[in-house]
Amino acid sequence: MPGPTKRPPVLVLRDVAKSFGPVVALRSGSLSVDAGSIHGLVGENGAGKSTLVKIVAGVHRRDSGTFELDGAAVDFGSTADSKAAGVAVIYQEPTLFPDLSVTENIFMGRQPLGRGRRIDRAAMRTEAESLFRRLGVMIDPRRPARGLSIADQQIIEIAKAISLDARVLVMDEPTAALSGVEVDRLFAVARSLRDEGRALVFISHRFDEVFDLCDTVTVMRDGDYVSTDATADTSVEQIVARMVGREVSDLFPKVDATVGDVVLEVEGLTSVGTFHDVTFSVRAGEIVGLAGLVGAGRSEIARAVFGVDRYDAGHVRIAGRDLRAHNPRAAIRAGIGFVPEDRRKQGLVVDSSVARNVAGAIRGGLARAGVLTSRAETRAAGPWAARLEVKTNALDMTAATMSGGNQQKVVLAKWLATNPRLLIVDEPTRGIDVGTKAEVHRLLSDLAGQGMAILMISSELPEVLGMADRVLVVREGRITAELDRDSATPEAVMHAATVTTVPAAGADTRTEVTA
Amino acid sequence: MSDTLLLEPSRASTIQRVVGGALRSREIAVAAVLVAVVAITTAKSHGFLFAGDNWRDLLVTPSILILLAVGQTVVIVTRSVDLSVGSTLGLTAYLTGRLFLDHPGIPIVAVFLAGLAFGAVLGLVNGVLVAFGRVPALVITLGTLYIYRGIFLTWAGSDRINASDMPRGFLKLGTQSLLGIPILTIIALAVLGVVGYYLYTARGGRELYAIGSDPDAAKLYGLKVTRRVLSAFVLSGALAGLAGVLYTARYGTVSSGAGYGIELQAVGAAVIGGVAIFGGSGTVWGAAIGAFLLITINRALPVVGIQDFWQRAVVGGLIIGAVVLDRLLTARQERKLVEARDKQ
Repeated sequence: MPGPTKRPPVLVLRDVAKSFGPVVALRSGSLSVDAGSIHGLVGENGAGKSTLVKIVAGVHRRDSGTFELDGAAVDFGSTADSKAAGVAVIYQEPTLFPDLSVTENIFMGRQPLGRGRRIDRAAMRTEAESLFRRLGVMIDPRRPARGLSIADQQIIEIAKAISLDARVLVMDEPTAALSGVEVDRLFAVARSLRDEGRALVFISHRFDEVFDLCDTVTVMRDGDYVSTDATADTSVEQIVARMVGREVSDLFPKVDATVGDVVLEVEGLTSVGTFHDVTFSVRAGEIVGLAGLVGAGRSEIARAVFGVDRYDAGHVRIAGRDLRAHNPRAAIRAGIGFVPEDRRKQGLVVDSSVARNVAGAIRGGLARAGVLTSRAETRAAGPWAARLEVKTNALDMTAATMSGGNQQKVVLAKWLATNPRLLIVDEPTRGIDVGTKAEVHRLLSDLAGQGMAILMISSELPEVLGMADRVLVVREGRITAELDRDSATPEAVMHAATVTTVPAAGADTRTEVTA
Repeated sequence: MSDTLLLEPSRASTIQRVVGGALRSREIAVAAVLVAVVAITTAKSHGFLFAGDNWRDLLVTPSILILLAVGQTVVIVTRSVDLSVGSTLGLTAYLTGRLFLDHPGIPIVAVFLAGLAFGAVLGLVNGVLVAFGRVPALVITLGTLYIYRGIFLTWAGSDRINASDMPRGFLKLGTQSLLGIPILTIIALAVLGVVGYYLYTARGGRELYAIGSDPDAAKLYGLKVTRRVLSAFVLSGALAGLAGVLYTARYGTVSSGAGYGIELQAVGAAVIGGVAIFGGSGTVWGAAIGAFLLITINRALPVVGIQDFWQRAVVGGLIIGAVVLDRLLTARQERKLVEARDKQ
C-alpha cells in the first residue's frame, strides 16, 4: 500500500466483513490510516463505508477480519469502548442535548469535579472557551444547543473529541449539509488537527473536497476494498472509474416504446433549503430516471410533485393542466400514482389484508351508499393481484407477513388500480431479491410500453442506466445533468452527481453561497 | 468572514446576564403569581393571611405536595412520569400507623426510616419495570397506582388509624413550629434543597437532564441510562414514602382514601413550575413553587368567593397554560437562535 510508512499506521482494518441477516453490508473492507494524515474514503451509496465507520465506532461488531489500533487488536462492543480507546466519530447529523448548554454538551458524563465531587462549572466553561479558541471558532459556551446549525453542532462534536484527546477522528460526510464558508472552517480545523499528529478519516461524495483536503484516498465498491492511493498520484476520473467499475448487466430490459405526449411538466420547482429551480418533463411511454446520491433531494422533488410536501415556487402540470400544490388527493385525481421509498411505512397498511391495501386508493369508487364491503374490495383487488403475480394464498392475508418483493407488488397494484397516467416510483427494488427485482423491472417496462409515463428514482446505478430512457442527475437539490440513453454512462452519471463543476443547467451551490 | 459565522460569546456583563436570566426565569414568574394571589386574597379578606392559624396552614399544607413534586420532577426530567406516588403515600401512611400500633415504643426515627425504605422499594419496582420492561412509564405507573392502592385496601380492610394510636411526640411533629416555621415545612424545604443542589452540581444530576433531553444521544455518550432512570424512580418512591409518614403526623388519621388523586397534583405542580413534560428541563425549585401555588389557589378561591367548579377549572387552566407556554417559549427560543444564525 502506498503512502508514508515511516511509522506504523494508527488505524488498520483488513478484510473486515459484516452481514445483517442475509444482507451482506461489508464483504471485505480494508483501511489503513497514518497518524498526522487525512484519509479520504469514497464509494457509491451502499459501498459499505458507513458500515465500516460503525464498526470503528463500536456501533456494530464485525463478523470477521482484522481491526487494529496502534498495532494492538481491538474489538469494540460499544461506543463507550471506542471513545475510551481514543476514537471519535463525527456523524453527518450530530446528536446533542438540545436543552443543555454547549459546555454541558461537550463535557456530559465527564465533567471536571471540584470540592466534594461537585461539578466545577467555572473550570468547565474555561476549558470550553479554550477549546473553541484553539479551533478558531466563536460559539457562546453558555447558550443551549437548541437551534445550532449542523456546522456548529459538528464543531461541538469535534471539540468533544479533542477534549477526549482522540487520536482517530472519523468524519462521516460532514460537509453534506454545510455551506461553503462552513466547509472552509471545517477544513481549517481538520488540517490543524492533522498537524497535531492525529489521524483523520474523511468520508465525502464531493471529489473536489477529497482532493483538496486528503493526503490519501481509499475507494470502496459493493462492500469491497478497491484501492488506496496518494491523492497526488491519482485523478478524479480514475477514482470515479474505480467507484463504478462494474458492468451494466442486461438484467434491466427496457422495451422500446413509442414516446407520446408530455404527461408531466415541472417548471422552476423550488423548496427553500431542499431543491432549487427544478425543471423537467416526462412523456407518455417514457421512463425517466432520477439519479443522484442519497440526500441529493430526489425523493423530496417527487414528494413535492405528488403534493405530499409543500414547495415555495414553480409549477407542476399534468397533461397541460396546472396541478394544485400540496394536495395529494388532487394529484391522484389528476392521474398520478406514487410508490414511496419506505413501502412498509408509507406505502402499505401492513396490518391490513392484501385486498384492502390494493383497494386503498380507489376505495371511494367501491363503496355503495357509503358502505364498503370486504367482498367489493376483494373483487376489485383480484385482477390486479393476479396480473402482478402477487404470491399470496389469499387476498385476505395481511401484508405484514409477505416478502419485500410481494409487498412492493401490492403497492404497485394499489396504484395501478387507479389507472394512473403517471407513476412515480421511489427506489422500486430496494430490499427485494433478484428474481422479483427482474419482475418489477419487466412490469415497469410493460407499463411504459402501454403508454404510461414513469418517473423512477433509484440509487442503483445499473437499474437507472438499464431502465431509463432519459436520466436526470440531481446533486444538492439541483438538476446537474440530463443524459439520454446513449450518453448515460456510469462515469457521466457519477460525475454529475458528485463533482461541483459540471457544465449543466443550474447554478453551482457552492459558489452561490460563498459569493 | 469565517470569524463572523457563528454566534459570538455573549458580551453581556455578568449583571446584565443575571438580570436577564431572572426576568426570563420561570421560577420567578410563578413565584410572582403566587405572591399576587396571596396579596389579592389578603386585600379582599384580611383574615386569609393573618387570622388564627392561617399563616401556619399556608406554609404547612403544601409541604407534603412539595415532597411529591420534587420526586416527580426528578422522574419527569428523565422523560418519564410516576403516577403511583399517591398510592405509595397511602401505603406508607398506613404502614406508619401500623408500626406504632404493633410495636409500641418504636423510635420515631425508625418509623421515618421504614417509611423511606418502603417507599424506595415501591419506587424500585416502578423503576425496574420501566427500565427493563421497555414500556412507557405512564402505563407502568398507572398499573402500579392501582396495584399499590389494591394492596393498601386489602391490608387495611375497614381498619382506620386514629390519632389515639400514635405517640404524642410523633403527632407534635405535625403541629410544632421552629422559629415560626412549621417542622413539616422545614423537612420539605430541606429535602428540596438537597435534591436541587444535587441536580445542579452532581454529574448524576446533570445526566438525568441529558437523558430526558435526548435518550438516544445519552446512549451514544455512553451514559448509564438504565441506572439513572432506575434511581430517579427510587428517589420518587422514597420521597412519596417520606410524604406518607408526614401525612400521618399531620392528620393523625389514615383511612383508605389517603393520598387519593394527589399524584396528579404532583404532576400539575411540576408542570406549572416549568418542568417540561417531555423531559430535559425544569427545576425542583419551580416544582416546589408550583406546589405552593396550587395549594394556595385552592385555599384562596373560596375566600374570594369563587364557586367550586371554577376552582378546579382554574387549576386545569393553569396546567394547560403552563404547557402551552412552554411549547411557545421553546419554539420562540429556537426561532430566535436560528434567526440569529441566519443574520450572521
